[in-house]
Amino acid sequence: MKPRHRRMMLIVAAVGTFSVAVILVLFAFQKNLVFFFTPSQVMAHEAPQGRPFRVGGMVTTGSLKRLADGVSVQFSVTDTAQTMNVLYKGVLPDLFKEGKGVVVEGALQGEAFVASQVLAKHDENYMPPEAADALKKAQETNARATQTLAPLAKP
Amino acid sequence: MSSATPNQALIGSRWFKYASPATFYPLAGTLAPWFAVLSLLLFGLGLYISFFVAPTDAQQGEAYRIIFIHVPAAWMSMVIYLAMAFWAGLGLAFHTRLSGMMASALAPSGALFTVIALWTGAFWGKPTWGAWWVWDARLTSELLLLFLYLGFMALQAAIEDPRRADRAGALLALVGVVNIPIIYFSVQWWNTLHQGASVSFTRAPSMAMTMLEGMMVMSLACWAYVFAVVLWRVRKIILIRERNSDWVRQLQQKGVL
Repeated sequence: MKPRHRRMMLIVAAVGTFSVAVILVLFAFQKNLVFFFTPSQVMAHEAPQGRPFRVGGMVTTGSLKRLADGVSVQFSVTDTAQTMNVLYKGVLPDLFKEGKGVVVEGALQGEAFVASQVLAKHDENYMPPEAADALKKAQETNARATQTLAPLAKP
Repeated sequence: MSSATPNQALIGSRWFKYASPATFYPLAGTLAPWFAVLSLLLFGLGLYISFFVAPTDAQQGEAYRIIFIHVPAAWMSMVIYLAMAFWAGLGLAFHTRLSGMMASALAPSGALFTVIALWTGAFWGKPTWGAWWVWDARLTSELLLLFLYLGFMALQAAIEDPRRADRAGALLALVGVVNIPIIYFSVQWWNTLHQGASVSFTRAPSMAMTMLEGMMVMSLACWAYVFAVVLWRVRKIILIRERNSDWVRQLQQKGVL
């Protein structure tokens, strides 16, 4: 083997080994790299106790309520398995919507999660409003068809 | 006689002819303007599609249009790093002079696109997420990429002897390569605020066709820009490093420089 080929092999091997090592370390620290916890994790007491953390999930449809003081809101965050109530005083981001993703930062006070910051988490789908409407209509039609067919499907 | 030294064998093959700075210098000079023109045309077309052809997004309204610069810049920041590490590694293994110069020429462009990606990301994050910056895995690893570029440039600038500077820089560049898959896969591996990829190798893109076209044309424009700028930059680096060689003196005597 020529020296320059040996050097190249050494470099490739060194970079490979180093990469594997770093990736293993990162996976070992998986918990610390998590940006938010899901409501299920919080219910299972996997979220840190006694210090602020973030909860991420979907805003439950129909759960958003404005409180009497006019600036506080209440809504619940769900990962479809578990649901948590969130209290927040402040301005909600533009993309905050029921049925859409959200990440809230704060701490548990009794049963409710009191948020100091609310971040909207949007998805990676981009489409014109007409396409979004068409998609919504198709879903509604589908749902209606399922409902109509459901009694027939019963034995 | 078959006793050609490795170096002669390298120069003998047609491909490696351009590994010599003396032959690459004029080639780069010929190619750079073409890439510059191509880049201008593509930027024109890309911006036109981005602003006038691509439809408003159903979810984010007009704010999403920042994607047309944000995503190409973020892609470039990663691709340029891989290219830089490739050339640095090649130089380390084969002791080819031009490789180190290519790596040095790529670094500033990579840093520029990383800054653009972070900056436009902040502008996008504020209206959509509600925050300029969050310490999630995607944003943090991209910031680390900026520090890798800055570290590479600072390290090279700190060492007087270009060959030693190349070797030290190459080590840093190669060690940093591990960050690239981390940036790319961060949104899959961990819970992040940053959304997943709209365009990936494994499935159909999740965006309207004209939006995708705009983004792709803008990406090609960035590629062409980087080719043009890096070729011009590497010419300057070649001249500086080879200033005592015969071929540069000949150019000077001819009055070309």
